[in-house]
Amino acid sequence: MFGNLDFDVIRRALPYLFYEGMTFTLTLTFLAALGGLIFGTALALMRLSGLKILGRIAGIYVDFMRSLPLVLVIFWFYFLVPYIGQWVTGASRPISVGAFASSLITFIMFEAAYFSEIMRAGIQSISRGQPAAASALGLTYAQTMRYVVLPQAFRNMLPVLITQTIVLFQDTSLVYVLSITDFLGAASKVAQRDGRLVEMYLFAAVVYFTISCIASYGVRRLQARIAIIR
Amino acid sequence: MNYNWNWGIFFQPNPMGTGTYLDMLLSGLALTLKTAALAWVIALITGSLVGVMRTLPSKGANWFGFAYVEFFRNMPLLVQLFLWFFVLPELLPKGAGTWLKQLPNAPFWTAAIGVGFFMSARVAVQLQAGISSLPRGQKMAATALGLTTAQGYRYVLLPMAFRIILPPLTSEFLNTIKNTAVAITIGLLELTGQARSMQEFSFQVFEAFTAATILYLLVNAVVVTAMRFLERWVAIPGYITGK
Repeated sequence: MFGNLDFDVIRRALPYLFYEGMTFTLTLTFLAALGGLIFGTALALMRLSGLKILGRIAGIYVDFMRSLPLVLVIFWFYFLVPYIGQWVTGASRPISVGAFASSLITFIMFEAAYFSEIMRAGIQSISRGQPAAASALGLTYAQTMRYVVLPQAFRNMLPVLITQTIVLFQDTSLVYVLSITDFLGAASKVAQRDGRLVEMYLFAAVVYFTISCIASYGVRRLQARIAIIR
Repeated sequence: MNYNWNWGIFFQPNPMGTGTYLDMLLSGLALTLKTAALAWVIALITGSLVGVMRTLPSKGANWFGFAYVEFFRNMPLLVQLFLWFFVLPELLPKGAGTWLKQLPNAPFWTAAIGVGFFMSARVAVQLQAGISSLPRGQKMAATALGLTTAQGYRYVLLPMAFRIILPPLTSEFLNTIKNTAVAITIGLLELTGQARSMQEFSFQVFEAFTAATILYLLVNAVVVTAMRFLERWVAIPGYITGK
């Protein structure tokens, strides 16, 4: 069954897979999670602001993003971002945006919808007395959020946020549809060049599996620790 | 924006000779729904079995359920589809591998099975949560009535658990529909795939993707509405959502 497999092809491709591919995947994951968290928190605050219009806008955005397949959203932004860039910079033709920038914008916008639901749950999990006490102390709305509500919401939701980031890490593999050299893209390019699909895809599966497993084990440990504190 | 809008494109014949561009997108939608339906059947059946195993008193069954869920949850769906599509036929004995490769509609079957097993892990987690959310008295009462473990699950625990987890199952079903779009990578011409090929043939990028977006939103709305009715119909009397 594994008789005619050539595992040396993996060893030879290792530098390319990790220096090129995994670096791209991890950078994209990290920046998209960060951007998604910031935008997502803003969306959650809009939804809970009490201002009907802001809440509606955020709600529509979140529902819209969550009902579309990520692959379609990737295509959308890939073609749309050059036109938006043209509009913003006032250039005479659609500007070319690199593969990395295009996929980063896509994932930030897409993940913001998911992170905002998590942050909304986190903010709502904080008891009413906390913001009340904050305003009794004379803190403004911004200060209340910055010093009282958001730090606690973030801490409470940390396991869920990390789990969503693991999902994001796996989802970044979908930039494959734009022929970008992320980890899976690199594996696939080597696989097709050397005609070694089986070895390369098995190896990619093992790497994704190992990283996600370690990360979700970490989340379970973290959850156990937080559970004792509360 | 110097982009040439042409909304009439949908009524122009497509280069495949299968009618208009709109027909092309609609056939993609049909394939999306067909793939999602088959994948959902697989996900529900295997997911329920694994979810039940995770709540059984047997250590072995628990461990198997845990390993199953971790296995299918910790790999990107795209990688899983590649494993089913490119790797599995090579690892099977020669005859079976060749048969698998020559299967007509191979992308369809691969997508349905791949997405199905991927989603089954999520169904299993939901069902496990549903069963463990039931008061322990339910299981004990079943035992006290002389029901076997199988009967207890069949008549007491599962009818309750499935109704409790109906809302999260709805979003998992919607995820199943969305996830079929990943199968574009193994050549399945579902809705996203058809929108992409329409864009390649006609260069009308935004019209093609707008149409696909609207179709996905419609499907979403229909599923959500249908599930609302189902939820109300099977609501458990005495619970907050009940009658």
